[in-house]
Amino acid sequence: MMTATPTEVTTVTLSINGQSVTAPAGTLLIEVCKKLGTEVPAFCYYEGFSLQAACRMCLVEIEKFPKLQASCTIPVSEGMVVRTESPAVVAARKDMLEFLLSNHPLDCPVCDKGGECELQDMTFRYGAGESRFTEIKVHTPEKQWSPVVFYDAPRCILCYRCVRVCDEGLGVGALGIQYRGVGAEIIPNMGDHLNCDECGACIDICPVGALTSGAYRYKTRPWEMNHVGTVCTHCSNGCKTTLGVRTDEIIRGNNRDSSGINGEFLCGKGRYAFDFNKHEDRLTSPLIRKDGQLVEVSWSEALKAVATKFSETQAAGGSFGVIGGVHSTNEENYFLQKFARQGLKTANLDHQRTGDVPALLDALSGKSDVLATTDDLYNTAAALVIGSDLAQQHPFLAYQLRANGRHHNARVYTVTPGKVREADYAAASLTYGSTSELFGKLDELRDRLKAEPELVILFSDAIKGADVAKLVAYGDSLGITVKYVALVDYSNSRGALDMGLLPTLGPGYHAAPVNGLAAPDMLAAGLDVLWVVGADSGKGNAKFTVVQDMFLTPTAAAADIVLPSASAYEKSGTVTNVCGQVQKLKPAVRTMGTKPDLEIMGLIAREMGLNLGIWTHDHVLTEIRSGVAGYNVPLPIIQTGGAAQAQPVNGRVPLDGRPELVQSAQDTLFTSGTLGRYSKALTSVIEYPGKLYSDNQ
Amino acid sequence: MLFNEPHPLETRVLTKRMHEPGYNGTVEAYERYGGYKQFLKAVEMTPDDIIGEVKTSNLRGRGGAGFPTGMKWGFVPRQSSKPKYIVVNGDESEPGTCKDRVLIENDPHLLIEGCLIAARVVGAERGYVYIRGEYRYLIDIMERAIDEAYRAGWLGQNIKGTGINFDLRAHSGAGAYECGEESALLESLEGKRGNPRIRPPFPAVAGLYASPTVLNNVETFAAVPSILEMGGKAWADLGIEKAGGTKLTCLTGHFNKPGVYELTLGFPVEKMINEVGGGVRGGRKMKAFIPGGSSCPVLTGDEAWPLTMDYDSMAKAGSMLGSGGVILMDETTDMVKAALRIMHFYAHESCGWCIPCREGTAWLKKLLTRLDAGSGSARDIDLVGDLAKNMLGRTFCPLGDAAALPTMSIVKKFRHEFEAKLSRPVSVPVTSPDQLVSLG
Repeated sequence: MMTATPTEVTTVTLSINGQSVTAPAGTLLIEVCKKLGTEVPAFCYYEGFSLQAACRMCLVEIEKFPKLQASCTIPVSEGMVVRTESPAVVAARKDMLEFLLSNHPLDCPVCDKGGECELQDMTFRYGAGESRFTEIKVHTPEKQWSPVVFYDAPRCILCYRCVRVCDEGLGVGALGIQYRGVGAEIIPNMGDHLNCDECGACIDICPVGALTSGAYRYKTRPWEMNHVGTVCTHCSNGCKTTLGVRTDEIIRGNNRDSSGINGEFLCGKGRYAFDFNKHEDRLTSPLIRKDGQLVEVSWSEALKAVATKFSETQAAGGSFGVIGGVHSTNEENYFLQKFARQGLKTANLDHQRTGDVPALLDALSGKSDVLATTDDLYNTAAALVIGSDLAQQHPFLAYQLRANGRHHNARVYTVTPGKVREADYAAASLTYGSTSELFGKLDELRDRLKAEPELVILFSDAIKGADVAKLVAYGDSLGITVKYVALVDYSNSRGALDMGLLPTLGPGYHAAPVNGLAAPDMLAAGLDVLWVVGADSGKGNAKFTVVQDMFLTPTAAAADIVLPSASAYEKSGTVTNVCGQVQKLKPAVRTMGTKPDLEIMGLIAREMGLNLGIWTHDHVLTEIRSGVAGYNVPLPIIQTGGAAQAQPVNGRVPLDGRPELVQSAQDTLFTSGTLGRYSKALTSVIEYPGKLYSDNQ
Repeated sequence: MLFNEPHPLETRVLTKRMHEPGYNGTVEAYERYGGYKQFLKAVEMTPDDIIGEVKTSNLRGRGGAGFPTGMKWGFVPRQSSKPKYIVVNGDESEPGTCKDRVLIENDPHLLIEGCLIAARVVGAERGYVYIRGEYRYLIDIMERAIDEAYRAGWLGQNIKGTGINFDLRAHSGAGAYECGEESALLESLEGKRGNPRIRPPFPAVAGLYASPTVLNNVETFAAVPSILEMGGKAWADLGIEKAGGTKLTCLTGHFNKPGVYELTLGFPVEKMINEVGGGVRGGRKMKAFIPGGSSCPVLTGDEAWPLTMDYDSMAKAGSMLGSGGVILMDETTDMVKAALRIMHFYAHESCGWCIPCREGTAWLKKLLTRLDAGSGSARDIDLVGDLAKNMLGRTFCPLGDAAALPTMSIVKKFRHEFEAKLSRPVSVPVTSPDQLVSLG
């Protein structure tokens, strides 16, 4: 339990514009003003990052100080008398903007940032009506630093936000300053190009149009887009990404409203890798194999063909196998397992398993409140990372831990196969050669961890099967509060498990009525029909294969019937992230000819005359909330874009004893399975001439 | 090398050895003239007694800001468990100032002894002499002196059996005026870009490597041995009330006998110019006078003549004693060009950290270039004063003020010269874009 004694917070009373305010001593004046609702403009001040006091926009008048003071670096003190709108302050802001605009190119009509530019907004609100600058401006040509990052030095106001977010936020430190005075500019770590995460946080945080995105630049005016807040469909971290949509095309991904669980954060996948969605290889028509060739057919013909095949096979007592997807929604996965178990009466059901959640839940049986959320990673006093290069595989979780270390001095311990980025600030960082050495390494940390007040343990597929129980026993032995995260790979890997896409477990980790075959066994079993929904599992020696996918994957190319499905950015439903937090998808665009998997399954059921219930996503969600243990998540939270943690079964889980099937794909920041292969933004970074971008710096 | 012959009106305290025949600044020579005795005396004194003497001496920081040295040393938390550091600011970059080089070049052991005494006061075991990059040859001299001091046992472990350990290193700057600002100097010394730091905390509490640091100008450290030698009171009595001792004064510009002279605080300007400096070049009239480096507001000749060289007298006249870099401009001086030259320097040296300094100095340089070329307008003259005023007091560090103050004073006091250029036919083209971009 937390043993820290509550420290008494001393408060001070000060006056801001004649209004008396009480605030904890030491709070920055600019923060107190913000809480009061008094706007003090600033460019360089950015909550959560180190102080600069460089832009001088936040100058305010404080009695007894001879000069105006930068409110971003002044801690409030008792009796302070502050004026934020006095003539001297108003004049100073106006003058600072005049200085800023003196070399700013004012190419606002063609600047990407025009319309959502902080410099424009500030000039509108605080600037002078006329310009007195008649000299020739300093100009340097624009530079391309990477396939996705461009820098236009003349527009740069040198607020150093990008430098700080890269260094402090991401732990990459790829940006710095070169030259001085009016010639000072931001410089990338390789001199003329970047070798970094390509996360684009620098672009997002730039208040002006100095840093622009290769994926977005010169595509649109910001106000011509609709902004759709949904959940990134790549890794399992479940970051909110706000998609900028114009004429049914996703043009931009960012998280400027900071409204998701990820706050500021977004990695390159969430920011750029939406482009798979309009890849020219997207399937837009159902395909049926005729004379050995897959040929385009109408939806009605394809659905009829599938239904007929399913019904005939069932009537003939044939065998089925169903493999679900790790990017599909909870509703789709729930409906799929229901279709398989109730409709097709088969127990052969599986998906690509990447983390041993069932074993963790089993080992935690009888304990409550032991599953960490992404918030816990930011607030815990200590964390232990086992087996995963978080910065590559779980960038948001890595960001949370780093922010926790920076803001709360949290101790992070890592036990990983190789050097990881966390080692730069970790309290201890151990490496192991083979997983057999892993518990030995953990023993080395035991005494230090015992001294921590609490701990969050994140573990990869390096720990699975019986080792998971051993890990929980290790956690118990520490005598402190321990929470766990079983790391999984993809956007709904966790949901696929929770929804029971397993041969031995039904929804909510309850024992399936009948045990079936796991995926590799299905592929080898010579099944009469293999149905693959959103996975590239291969068809094995199945006699007939139906595949639902966005692309003609090797599995789809070998299939007998292929049904083009909608992407996560084209449908509604919920997904569950690595920490079990349920969030709602919002459709941003549509691709002609595709259908969401749930609709496809529903239509097949109807065609077969099966009654599997109403198959709209909200009805299926209602069924999940009432029927799946732990999924009774509060609707208002997820409907409004929030995240609610599912509380899965608290009891023994019947395990199938096949830990070898749990295998992480070890994706990097630039790979993301099939979706990554069809994202030109990601492949452009990997394939950039000269292979400038290594996966692991 | 000494710039000049000694002058009888000088009061040579810090420079007393260097003019002796055959004095070569080696450790042997320094010891022969009583060197390092004050350090041994300091070892016998308590730190508080030493600080007391320094306070009594009224020694004020010789780098330009004039902060009382004894008080500054008193701020250092001596009981802190962190290591303490001594840092010598030898980044002497203020235009018109060339005194620290004279001290380092001719009597480096005086500086080392000053450092040792400061180290004794705060319990520092490591010190750095930060020397401006352009003074490359001084690094060699300083390093040679440090080597000698190690060999003679004045640096290192258990110095002369006192139990005091002190290591000293010379460190080269890389050519940035900004690194003379104490917090930027510390950043630079730590191997970072020489940007100024947010203060507080001040270096006395959290300086080099976030540890308590005594950071003073070369001349300040060099003054300390003589304070202990003479006693704080006697040293203070050399000068005037509130400003004790002597000051190395650099007479630059249109003097007949420019050079570095050690004068007591409170020395009359008139005597300094006419007698020490040998009068204004060619017997001309003095048009403008800068008392302490180019960042001080410019005084007209009429304003300057009756003043005395000390902090308060100069402050009363609306300028500053600064670093002691006197710049005298005779009646032939083109004040618009002078303003441009000064702004050229500050635009070149602005580090780029904060907006008003970065943009203001560059803009002012362009404006002054245009005014000097005769293609300005009356509105531009007002704009020069206005932009300088807009920088003043709003920048992150004092560099912005340093650029603003002389400019504002020149526009105010020599406006007629700006106006005279307006009527000149525009025969010179407006500077080409290339020239405007390059600050070199």
